Amino acid sequence: MSIISILFYFLSFLAVGSAIMMLISKNPIHSILWLIVIFFAISGHYVLMNAQFLAIVNIIVYAGAIMVLFLFVVMLMNLNAETEPVKNHRLQLIGVVSGGLLLLVLLSAVMKTKANLPVQMVVGEEGLIQNLGKTLFTYYVVPFELSSILFLSAMVGAVVISKKD
Amino acid sequence: MDNSLLAIDMALILEKLVLIVVVVFASLGIAMYATYGERKVAAFMQDRRGPNRAGPFGILQPMADGLKLFFKEEIIPNFSNKILFVMGPCLAMLTAIMTSAVIPWGNHIEIFGRSVSLQIADVNIGMLYIFGVLSLGVYGIMIGAWASNNKFSLFGGLRAASQIISYELAMGISFIALLMVTGSLSLKDMVLQQQTGHWWNVVYQPLGFLIFLICAFAECNRTPFDLPEAENELIGGYHTEYSSMKLGFYLFAEYINMFISSAVMATLFFGGYDFPFVDESTLSPNFAALLGIVALMGKIIGFIFLFMWVRWTIPRFRYDQLMYLGWRILIPLALFNMLATGAAVLYFHK
Repeated sequence: MSIISILFYFLSFLAVGSAIMMLISKNPIHSILWLIVIFFAISGHYVLMNAQFLAIVNIIVYAGAIMVLFLFVVMLMNLNAETEPVKNHRLQLIGVVSGGLLLLVLLSAVMKTKANLPVQMVVGEEGLIQNLGKTLFTYYVVPFELSSILFLSAMVGAVVISKKD
Repeated sequence: MDNSLLAIDMALILEKLVLIVVVVFASLGIAMYATYGERKVAAFMQDRRGPNRAGPFGILQPMADGLKLFFKEEIIPNFSNKILFVMGPCLAMLTAIMTSAVIPWGNHIEIFGRSVSLQIADVNIGMLYIFGVLSLGVYGIMIGAWASNNKFSLFGGLRAASQIISYELAMGISFIALLMVTGSLSLKDMVLQQQTGHWWNVVYQPLGFLIFLICAFAECNRTPFDLPEAENELIGGYHTEYSSMKLGFYLFAEYINMFISSAVMATLFFGGYDFPFVDESTLSPNFAALLGIVALMGKIIGFIFLFMWVRWTIPRFRYDQLMYLGWRILIPLALFNMLATGAAVLYFHK
């Protein structure tokens, strides 16, 4: 096995393993910490694809900002098994069915891809920050600006909600 | 299969390993003597003598402090979360040291005909890497604070987290303005630009530098922004329950952060390893590198002294003042600076 294959399998097992740990952890704080490990594994995959900008932004935004807020909220809520309301069986059943449907969709997408592709490092320059910026501000400028308006409206919405006492 | 990108020769691995070891130990050593320096500076400002018992001029004081911390009894509280309690200080230390990877400590040196770069990793996202590690720094504090299972610790941790998140924004925006001037995220490129022909970046970005400096104080939890460990309200803040070397790690990580942020500021705004008024290209590479390291260390020590000077001069902010300064003053100022820089770049370059 080449170094790239080893790295690929290591990162993949790390991501899947910590995803499972995140789901089965009893303590919500532990779940969050496992989720952070997943983000690191995914960033590692981005680096393998030579998308350094995406890798570091994934860490800054998800691991650095959003997960800190998650941690904040969970620490302040002081979740306990005793005080947690028990969800009824119908809700649980709905959850299982919708989760299973999502799994089906993902599986069909995976099955349709070409199997047995060798693990290889992407050597293209598309992921580097300069090329990414050029592409975003020329070819994809309309979707880019639209999504920035979406973000702005989300921010304004958050301010409006917090103003309403 | 294309393996060419990972076909690394052993000499490169060896040289990087040596560089990593040297940089890590140098950071530890400088952080160690920063504690000594802090006490001497404090003593000077308060008209005292400071540590003078261990060795001549108290020069062995950091060793004595370290030994004391190692030999103290280690207490892990009964109701704490044991794994996370140990993980907290480890993470704080790890993130403090990780930042040093992208800082260029000098130009290349030549050994046995090989030119060895004095930078561990010259990645083209250099500065973003530093922001990434910085944003992770808060985990060490928060996890330790929560795992202590103590209200005061948790308060300290929450204060630290909200402070770091708030000041990261202004820091990032002031950095974007600098980015518009330099056009590169690689710290090496920035130093090279400042070395050849251009002035140092602080001339182009005085306001940006001021904002960056204030945010660096806040990110390092230094006075006047040391609210996470305000001892007269919070006993000791996030490390109330810690003892022995785990406490030492938290305190030590603060000094390493101070060292690294001084290095970053020196690199971004003050020319990095550029020795002023000397044309390095006319010197032999090894001598130029040595001169560069001396210059960088001089700048870093200057910044560390500034950190200490401010600590022993300015009293602590109130928490609402801290938030007011961060959100109402620094962020609008940084935004204004960014827009003004953008306009100036457009006007002068097109």
